[in-house]
Amino acid sequence: MSTRPFKGVGERLPLVDGIEKVTGRAKYTADLFPADALVGKILRSPVPHAELIEVDASEARRLPGVVAVVTGEDCDVPYGILPIAQNEFPLARGKVRYFGEPVAAVAAVDEQTAERALKLIRLHVRELPIIENAAQARAPGAVLLHDNKAGNIEREVHNEFGNAAEGFAAAHLIREQTYHTAEVTHAQMEPHAAMASYDPSRDHLTLHTVSMVPYYVHLRVAQCLGLDTSRVRVIKPYVGGGFGSRVETLNFEIIVSLLARAAGGTVRMQLTREESILTHRGRPESDTRMKLGMTRDGRITACECEVVQRGGAYGGYGIITILYAGALINGLYDVPAVKYDGYRVYSNTPPCGAMRGHGTVNTRIAFESLMTSMAIELGLDPIEVRRRNLLPCPTETINGLRVESYGLPECLDKVEAASGWRERRGRMPKWKGLGMACSHFVSGSAKPVHFTGQPHATVVLKLDFDGGITILTGAADVGQGCTTIVAQVVVEVLGVDWRRVRVISNDSAVTPKDNGSYSSRVTFMVGNACLDAAQKLKQTLVEAAARRLEVAPERVECLGEAFQVAGDPSRSIGFGDATAEALVNTGTLHFKGTFTCPVEFQGGKHRGGAVGSTMGFSYAAQAVEVSVDPDTGRISVDKVWAALDCGFAINPLSVEGQVQGAVWMGMGQGLCEQTRYENGKHAAANFLDYAFPTIAESPPIDVFIVESIDPNGPFGAKEASEGPLSGFPAALADAVREATGLELHDFPLTPERIAEAMEAREREQRAAQRKTGKAAKQPATEGAA
Amino acid sequence: MKRILRIRVNGRWREDAAADNTLLIDYLREQLGLTGTKQGCDGGECGACTVLVDGRPRLSCCTFAAAVEGRHVETIESQSQNGRLSPLQQAFHEKLGAQCGFCTPGMIMAAESLLRRNPNPGEAEIREALGGNLCRCTGYVKIIESVQAACPDRLEKTGEPA
Repeated sequence: MSTRPFKGVGERLPLVDGIEKVTGRAKYTADLFPADALVGKILRSPVPHAELIEVDASEARRLPGVVAVVTGEDCDVPYGILPIAQNEFPLARGKVRYFGEPVAAVAAVDEQTAERALKLIRLHVRELPIIENAAQARAPGAVLLHDNKAGNIEREVHNEFGNAAEGFAAAHLIREQTYHTAEVTHAQMEPHAAMASYDPSRDHLTLHTVSMVPYYVHLRVAQCLGLDTSRVRVIKPYVGGGFGSRVETLNFEIIVSLLARAAGGTVRMQLTREESILTHRGRPESDTRMKLGMTRDGRITACECEVVQRGGAYGGYGIITILYAGALINGLYDVPAVKYDGYRVYSNTPPCGAMRGHGTVNTRIAFESLMTSMAIELGLDPIEVRRRNLLPCPTETINGLRVESYGLPECLDKVEAASGWRERRGRMPKWKGLGMACSHFVSGSAKPVHFTGQPHATVVLKLDFDGGITILTGAADVGQGCTTIVAQVVVEVLGVDWRRVRVISNDSAVTPKDNGSYSSRVTFMVGNACLDAAQKLKQTLVEAAARRLEVAPERVECLGEAFQVAGDPSRSIGFGDATAEALVNTGTLHFKGTFTCPVEFQGGKHRGGAVGSTMGFSYAAQAVEVSVDPDTGRISVDKVWAALDCGFAINPLSVEGQVQGAVWMGMGQGLCEQTRYENGKHAAANFLDYAFPTIAESPPIDVFIVESIDPNGPFGAKEASEGPLSGFPAALADAVREATGLELHDFPLTPERIAEAMEAREREQRAAQRKTGKAAKQPATEGAA
Repeated sequence: MKRILRIRVNGRWREDAAADNTLLIDYLREQLGLTGTKQGCDGGECGACTVLVDGRPRLSCCTFAAAVEGRHVETIESQSQNGRLSPLQQAFHEKLGAQCGFCTPGMIMAAESLLRRNPNPGEAEIREALGGNLCRCTGYVKIIESVQAACPDRLEKTGEPA
């Protein structure tokens, strides 16, 4: 028998669940239609801030066809992602704090009846002053959203690593600038949906939901319903994108469960796009005051950074977000001193949360923008300045982050060469520009949000009589492709035919607990757990084959679909026979694989030091080419070159897709995306007002994969889907500077902002002209200056 | 008031009772169980619900079922024949034109309509034809590559001239 092991990793493979997606066979939560399901609908607060005096649902309850109504009275258990900051109820109690906050919900026989019932619920409220932004929240005498949070501050962070004052004293150039970044939201294509079934005779709840972290949902739903966790089952069907919106347990997941229990049956809940945007948990509006010191030759000597985030009405992930905003100032370059002050502020807007690049993006925009401005002021090339600030590797940063693989230098080389940087930067035609920036992100938080002492990841491989290998994992594929990655790792270790392997994921009754899809942890952590399990399975089969072949295990060569005596192809057995032998006296085999981040990777000892800690950072550099229309101020992004150090590309096709998606999402934030509130009401809760780039205005994005082979990642792999995002807005602003001569600090760079800045400059020039009586020149671009 | 509608869905004539205000998307998804067609917005903003009506792309979330009486409605479920992926499906699968997959059915149907009109479109024509179909995962790069990759295969299958 001649056979060669199948290849699993390093191949451009389509998604293992891709056929289901292109045929429409993939079932998403809203595609589940049990015949007996009731329709669940939520009544939302029509005001942004008020005392909730009474929710009168008596008439709604009497409406024929209404099976259950729940209000804040039905759940007095607060929830929230962080065990230390749970200050939200699934249905408001006592106060409403944002427009659209759920106050009541109904389950009825059909949609029309449910909607009629909502209209019959009467709210008695006493409106309160609205806090719309961070400045209002922090003003003396401002109304408090939460009585125990003085000054509407959820969390302040103050820390200093290294000696910033000494660093600035050693600087040749010190510059300070405040950058404003608008609130953005995930806008994953699939609106939120959930379906809950409650079995009163067993006191058992089954919940299908769109979660990225079904494990958290499981815990919070059990907590809020007062159910033992063993009586809850959470299933994640196909999920249409997440980008962080679904890493927290969301109110509708608990509400639909409360309704199902009240109704004693099954309730489907499909949120509208407007409701999905109101549920939010996106990236907060931020003001980032950045101050950098630089030597004459471009070495950074110190960084001082103050961040104020408008966090919305509840805690959510806020504490982590404000810590991330400071922690990942480090880890990209060698910054010898960092002083960071962060303020997470409450406001009467939907709660913010984690969004792709969690907490790090707006700080990175400010840092990269200022770094480039200072390079230009010093007459240095922006890429060269980054080369002068590279980290040594391996190293530990001043705030205790470990760096053990570092492909940033090669990323810079790739982007410089591909974009024609040396020949073109500073020499672009009029109204065109070329800009660049760098970024990084963690490959999984080395300390999980819910610290349990358990391994960071656990998977199980089942091998049974049929010779099939079933990968059981709780890792949540939400479109990023992790189901494919775990299958690739297993195939690579075993060398078996792809058709022998299947993945069963995200059913808490079947699959092992997983910490979920957040902080880009899955490839690194679950990948390593798969590696562990597959190696155990392989060893068992090798030993079984050795018994059949009557040789020592060391002499057995694994060829994937066959096992042979090394060097003797005439003595071999197939996979099926090896499996049959392995099952003798034991039956079905389960191989558990685990992965644990060693404690030395779990961050500094200071308060909040775990945030930002990881076993491997991804590194990215990108160059962006733009044209600016001088009449309208409209930016057209013509081309992007993005290089990513993902350690090792387990699936280069998938890495490209993740990088393109991340860069493009950064483009949306840089160009046009922003939420808007008018008197506390969301004024952009749809895809016309919350506009993101369509295919018509999206550029070609060339991806360059850099493989630094991380010593701890599976096959050397690190994350690939968050790091490339945060470089884009600063690279865009850099390109716009070359195209227009304008230095912009307010994101997004909308046509209105650019046109306004150009007009302001013309006014200034005319005034200067009148003053001097001389003809002012056309604005010089940065390169020509 | 419900009445019987005669509609050809994916090649088969059907007679189904539907109210005058039943949206085509609800008729397809809830009555026929054709859940491949997706609803991504509150009406006409995202293109996820795109189906073909007599070969032309149409937003099923903005169309009454009654309005397509007597016409041919094609959904993503019609694309594969005897379990074989269509050239567009094959290309979206192999080129990673689908990540989360939620916009994919609408995207493929819009592309299918384009390729029927223009079997060998340029990049600008692809961008124009898919301009109403939003995707939040891919940055569209691999969607364009998928449509381009499907063209030769599709031409071979249909025998349409280039």
